[in-house]
Amino acid sequence: MYAQMVDTGVKKIKTLEEMTQEEQAFQKKIDDEIKIEPKDWMPEKYRQTLIRQISQHAHSEVVGMLPEGNWVTRAPTLKRKLQLMAKIQDEAGHGLYLYSACETLGVSRDDLVEDLHSGKAKYSSIFNYPTLNWADMGAVGWLVDGAAIVNQVVLQRTSYGPYSRSMIRICKEESFHQRQGYEILLTMMREGNDAQKQMVQDAIDRLWWPSLMMFGPRDDDSPNSQQSLAWKIKRQSNDELRQRFIDQTIPQLEVLGCTVPDPDLKWNEETGHYDFGEIQWQEFYQVLKGNGPCNRDRIRTRKKAIDDGAWVREAALAHAEKHRDSNAA
Amino acid sequence: MDTQSNSQSEALYDYLLRLGDSPLILGQRLCEWCGHAPALEEEIAIMNIGLDLIGQCRNWLELAAKTADNGQDADKLAFTRDAHQYRNLLIVEQPNGNFADTMARQYFYDAWHLFTLEALCNSNNRDIAEIAAKAVKEVRYHLRRSREWIIRLGDGTELSQQRMQQAIDDIWMYTGEMFEMDDIEKTLVQEGCAADQQQIKQRWLDEVAETLATATINHPDPDAYMQQGGKQGVHTEGLGFILAEMQFLQRAYPNATW
Repeated sequence: MYAQMVDTGVKKIKTLEEMTQEEQAFQKKIDDEIKIEPKDWMPEKYRQTLIRQISQHAHSEVVGMLPEGNWVTRAPTLKRKLQLMAKIQDEAGHGLYLYSACETLGVSRDDLVEDLHSGKAKYSSIFNYPTLNWADMGAVGWLVDGAAIVNQVVLQRTSYGPYSRSMIRICKEESFHQRQGYEILLTMMREGNDAQKQMVQDAIDRLWWPSLMMFGPRDDDSPNSQQSLAWKIKRQSNDELRQRFIDQTIPQLEVLGCTVPDPDLKWNEETGHYDFGEIQWQEFYQVLKGNGPCNRDRIRTRKKAIDDGAWVREAALAHAEKHRDSNAA
Repeated sequence: MDTQSNSQSEALYDYLLRLGDSPLILGQRLCEWCGHAPALEEEIAIMNIGLDLIGQCRNWLELAAKTADNGQDADKLAFTRDAHQYRNLLIVEQPNGNFADTMARQYFYDAWHLFTLEALCNSNNRDIAEIAAKAVKEVRYHLRRSREWIIRLGDGTELSQQRMQQAIDDIWMYTGEMFEMDDIEKTLVQEGCAADQQQIKQRWLDEVAETLATATINHPDPDAYMQQGGKQGVHTEGLGFILAEMQFLQRAYPNATW
């Protein structure tokens, strides 16, 4: 998911008796599946949690342009280049929707972006991994967007109206890109030469575990999840979503004729799910802390883009001001 | 095929490459902006315009391949020709520079591009007229955007005006080539197939003069010395690097399906 560790700032979930009248009325709306809208009363911590989650989601869309942008000048055919450009354009658009949704909670996009650049705000750990060959463009589409979709489909029912509606719009476009990503891999596996097939397997080997990490920590280690679930910001636990992703992805992997780098992966007849090996949690927490392969580079790039563009934005503002004056005169 | 029609179809092939190569190389340059634009809205706009241009390039190159009928396709043409076989205008291969440099390049090209496509809508070659009719809608939007940026930056802050002026001055010497017609173009214009650049030139000059005046930018010397050669395959040093990057996979894994 694109917002994998969101602090609710809540240590213990309040019982109904402990809630004020306002809080009780709010919780009743949540329980009755009535969407919360920007002008509605909401607990401050609900608001803060949403700001963290939605902005983290928005930041992920924007930083997520970089690993794919890395290959846009090198795409192997005109068709693939066009697909990749369309995808990156959509991601920037998703970033815009999400920043808008976040602004309904009373924060400004500029402040949110500053938090990203200062390291105060997070983005998905997945975008701290490098894209090293062309097959990564397929694997990112298939696995990374695939993981994001599993998460976002559920978030279409999230309790905050503006967030829920942006998820509905975003999911439509994401599903399209995911199919295109899979098709890149399928083409390389079915019509490609040995070197291309190796690229595909190599991409899956590198991106498999990081994709599973997108769902966040294990439920046992996810203290914030309980409150998010009670507020119905989250609708399903990290482990449930991760399991669903694995169950639906492995058959697609088999169609490709590839493997995942997990010797413990096997179908469990009893549970009706795939069992899988232990995620490298140490790596996960290190990447979140800023020590992944591309963390520094990604933030430097984004910060530089915004810093270098300051004079352009100032010019646009100054021109608009003059124009306003001349219209008024 | 007799010699005359042979050379006619060669001229047409060359002309189609000219039409296709410029949007391809400019689109490629725009791709370099990905993730580096001054605002999220500009990321979208730049990618959007690049997408339009490369889409147009694909149409032109497919038509070129069909015309030559030599077993090529748009991808072969894009990814296996070397710099001296490329027929794009020198202006589109100029580096991105800062945002003003990119916008100056875009604006001069967009204005030329729009007027050329409008003329090509009346080409007696139906394939050309059809591709132009589709592209013209996109390029009208490109020109509107780049013109607005020239005005915004020119008539913005002191710094942005200075940078816009510099950008216009720097790229000016690459604008003349757009209107130079060699024998290939002259012949095709006579046949009613290509766009007559002599007629487009005045429209372009009027458009540019008006926009620069609105943008409070000094008009560069109209009689300044102009670079040319792109349409004949003699390029600047930049193109080799653009192609090295763009063609890498096709060169490293020839004849692979992607």
